[in-house]
Amino acid sequence: MSYVRLPGIGLGASFMCSTESHEMPRPPLLPPGAANPARPTVRIFAALALSGGLSACNTVVLNPAGDVAQQQGDLVVMSTILMLIIILPVMALTVFFAWKYRASNKDADYQPDWDHSTQLELVIWAAPLLIIICLGALTWVGTHILDPYRTIGRIDAKTPVAHDARPLQVEVVALDWKWLFIYPEQGIATVNELVVPQGRPLQFKITASSVMNSFFVPAMAGQIYAMPGMETRLHAVMNRTGEFTGFSANYSGAGFSNMRFATRSVTDADFAKWVSGVKAGSRNNAGALDRATYLKLEKPSEKVPVIHYASVSPDLYGAILDMCVEPGKMCMSEMMALDAKGGLGKAGIRNVEMLAYDKYGREASAKANANPDAAAKRELAWVRALCKQEPGQAPDTTVKAPANPRTLTGAGLSAPQSVAWDQGADPAAHSPLISRN
Amino acid sequence: MESVVHNHWSPLLGRLWWDAVPTEPIVLVTFVVVAIGGAAVLGALTYFRLWGYLWKEWFTSVDHKKIGIMYMVLGLIMFARGFADAIMMRLQQAMAFGGNEGYLNAHHYDQIFTAHGVIMIFFAAMPFVTGLMNYVVPLQIGARDVSFPFLNNFSFWMTASGAALVMTSLFLGEFGQTGWLAYPPLSNLAYSPWVGVDYWIWSLQVAGVGTLLSGVNLIATIVKMRAPGMTMMRMPVFTWTALCTNILIVAAFPVLTAVLCMLSLDRYLGFNFFTNDFGGNAMMYVNLIWIWGHPEVYILILPLFGVFSEVTATFSGKRLFGYTSMVYATMVITILSYIVWLHHFFTMGSGASVNSFFGITTMVISIPTGAKLFNWLFTMYRGRIRFELPMMWTVAFMLTFTIGGMTGVLLAVPPADFVLHNSLFLIAHFHNVIIGGVVFGTFAGINYWWPKAFGYKLDPFWGKVSFWSWVVGFYLAFMPLYVLGLMGVTRRMRVFDDPSLQIWFVIAAIGAALIAVGIAAMFVQFGVSIMKRDQLRDETGDPWGGRTLEWSTSSPPPAYNFAVTPIVHDIDAWEDMKRCGVQRPTSGFRPIHMPKNTATGVVLAGLSAVLGFAMIWYIWWLAAAAFAGILGYAIAHTFNYKRDYHLPAQTVVETEDARTRQLAAAGA
Repeated sequence: MSYVRLPGIGLGASFMCSTESHEMPRPPLLPPGAANPARPTVRIFAALALSGGLSACNTVVLNPAGDVAQQQGDLVVMSTILMLIIILPVMALTVFFAWKYRASNKDADYQPDWDHSTQLELVIWAAPLLIIICLGALTWVGTHILDPYRTIGRIDAKTPVAHDARPLQVEVVALDWKWLFIYPEQGIATVNELVVPQGRPLQFKITASSVMNSFFVPAMAGQIYAMPGMETRLHAVMNRTGEFTGFSANYSGAGFSNMRFATRSVTDADFAKWVSGVKAGSRNNAGALDRATYLKLEKPSEKVPVIHYASVSPDLYGAILDMCVEPGKMCMSEMMALDAKGGLGKAGIRNVEMLAYDKYGREASAKANANPDAAAKRELAWVRALCKQEPGQAPDTTVKAPANPRTLTGAGLSAPQSVAWDQGADPAAHSPLISRN
Repeated sequence: MESVVHNHWSPLLGRLWWDAVPTEPIVLVTFVVVAIGGAAVLGALTYFRLWGYLWKEWFTSVDHKKIGIMYMVLGLIMFARGFADAIMMRLQQAMAFGGNEGYLNAHHYDQIFTAHGVIMIFFAAMPFVTGLMNYVVPLQIGARDVSFPFLNNFSFWMTASGAALVMTSLFLGEFGQTGWLAYPPLSNLAYSPWVGVDYWIWSLQVAGVGTLLSGVNLIATIVKMRAPGMTMMRMPVFTWTALCTNILIVAAFPVLTAVLCMLSLDRYLGFNFFTNDFGGNAMMYVNLIWIWGHPEVYILILPLFGVFSEVTATFSGKRLFGYTSMVYATMVITILSYIVWLHHFFTMGSGASVNSFFGITTMVISIPTGAKLFNWLFTMYRGRIRFELPMMWTVAFMLTFTIGGMTGVLLAVPPADFVLHNSLFLIAHFHNVIIGGVVFGTFAGINYWWPKAFGYKLDPFWGKVSFWSWVVGFYLAFMPLYVLGLMGVTRRMRVFDDPSLQIWFVIAAIGAALIAVGIAAMFVQFGVSIMKRDQLRDETGDPWGGRTLEWSTSSPPPAYNFAVTPIVHDIDAWEDMKRCGVQRPTSGFRPIHMPKNTATGVVLAGLSAVLGFAMIWYIWWLAAAAFAGILGYAIAHTFNYKRDYHLPAQTVVETEDARTRQLAAAGA
């Protein structure tokens, strides 16, 4: 099995195909702890195999600034190389047979009744199967390690995440058609500008206000959908400082093309300076982001310039996620609590008005704008008192990076530790600590 | 941002009002051109008194061969429309850089990419596939028609009605601006309030009925109407792939119907299946639409795998290598295509184990597909390959599809998909498999079976012009998209910031222009071939040295296909008959039981289109009337007892004698 010696497929090989590869270099997707000699070779292969002629252009997917995106890009290269093992011979044989057995070549053998060979059949089913076994192993391991819901276990190939490292939390809201970033720790918010400290683990909580979008900074990490009333997660890190682009990667209507935001990766010091600048009310500043300001911001608009908010209501993100920013609107969690109690029967009909969310869709919002007080004047529902819920508490579905990276090196991957398991064993599961060892 | 609110409604015309007439200049010009062209065609039909002929011989025909040809014509017309959308997109994306807004506004551009996807899949590729199956399957299995000839005519007209609704949206109202699968919440009433999504729903709903019924029909035909001796494992591979495709259709299309129903309930009656509020969840829609959508991909490609199998064996002058493994590979693909749908949305937040499962099942499909490729390869091995047009398309397919398959498996690796999902890499991938597979296969099929359908070959010169323009154009148009995908460029963008991307879009636009040359050359090829039909004439009925039963008939075959049902002893039945010197029967013919033409299909499908149109525009009285009309006409049709007749033995004798003389003259 010559392919197990190819640099770059170490991960799959270490998992399934390791019988002949004891002196394998450490695979690049490995959690931290040791130097990784395979990595530069992967880069060379990337350059040769995929981007040879493209090295002039900025193939950010293969050469990103963040470790997560880098691992994903490496996986693109590894999978491609693995598949080329079978693709290239097939294409070469196609051309060769087409040329050799052309009708005008009377020297070639002609066996019109030859239509079966058990040995060949075995080969043509087994060869793709072997490749898929390796690729499947690579997929299984890679998918778990790079699960966006899982905290990152390393900053880069050489640096594990420190025990006491606190991830920077950013709450992301996809609006029509711009991005809102809330920094809960710092108590600030921005529109269309994401600034993150280099080398610090990042934890994104992502939702949307109206339709589905996809949060994607190619230089940082792969994308994940942003959906209204739901929260998705993404964990990443930026390893280089610089200016990058982020955008929505899922079509969301007329203003989609311009739904782009600047992403800046800066040093810790610059980040602190930037935060205090926003707090102090620097340029682009729009004051405090409260519910009323948000409801105005939420209305469809395009090509919105960067906006900074010096402060932000602490419960705003939760209310957005719970779809009840608007005064008088019942939160989803309240609705679900009612349903869990068996609902309200006919009495529930009375509250329909305050349950509706989509009624202020894009075109209708123009009409709603005409009378902004109407929402505030709407009857506050009497059912609300029945079951007051804390809004915006999405279940914590974060999967922790394993305490012991050795489980990933070939002895088999342990099952991802579920939140329930974490909570049972460790009451401080919601602690912001990334690493539990 | 300009947003026009359409809130007019009247009992008589529903939402239909003057604001439904488009004001965008490009659409107006198109409208005028289409109106003039349409008037010219209608005028010509009237002038040459062709209406009666078309109505009697084609529109009301229940002959599977004529219906198959009508499907192909519908597919070609809609393919031209879909390609017009494609070239407009390419032009826009090649222009709109650095502040240049291009020539299309968002409202127009978003309709174009939505319409392009919908039209190419539902109204170009599906009619091609169904048309080929309709024409070829009964001939290949030695049957005189499909099991339910009237149903076949009805299915075709339902598909055509769906296409007519899509075309109407161009000039009356708007089409959806949601992408071809209309994900909610964007496709909900709150975010797409006017008629665009309703056009989408009703055109697919109407066409979907046609597709489903045609699937039922072809399954029944293949299972019940094979010639004596044709066991399942002696069926031609094309028939096998047709069987698997129709099983997929029958299992998958009800899901589409159901999901469209649910979306309709959301939009029309205030239900909340997929809304944001009241407990609705758009993720259910995404799952359901892809539970239909992924098998749909295989519905499209499997029959073309069959075409390539027939073409490779015929033009290599050799039995197909690994018939049995080919059949099992087809069945494995059929089954596996149902357990991979989630790979279309790895990025929706499923857990790692779920994503891995669907990623790995997706990769597993590449094993039987790879086996098929090897089988074609070893069919060529030790053959005598004649590079006629069908074989040229096949070799181009083998090379192109392999690349597309590779990028497909790459996208099946979830972490890789996280960085490539929705990017132009994805666009390049599926065009690579759909053009490389479905479109090239359709062209191989057209060039291969045209002599059977019309009695003369297609002109090879223009065919080669078309071939090379297409192949080179394809690579020019789509390889840059792979690069752009790796540069992190996402799909459905109307304007771009980064000027360094422009060169790639310009190359892609040049490629699209070359494809346009290929399409034009194909139509020229058809025209030239019709003009030169006497030089290109094939009297034998078997111009390629065919191996399956369709080549044992005359070209074109008589209405009844086979005067005497053939008896099958081998996989390549006709090759076997030629080898054993089986004599064509020339006497002892009996009257043949035949189905009668009927207008019911046209009427019912026409009423369905009216129903759809009325529902789109909220013209409730018309919808009710059309629905009552459909029910009433369908019930009335059940009382029509004059559905069949017997072709007299004398007519059969005359037809077959003419054929004997023709063969004697050709083979002398």
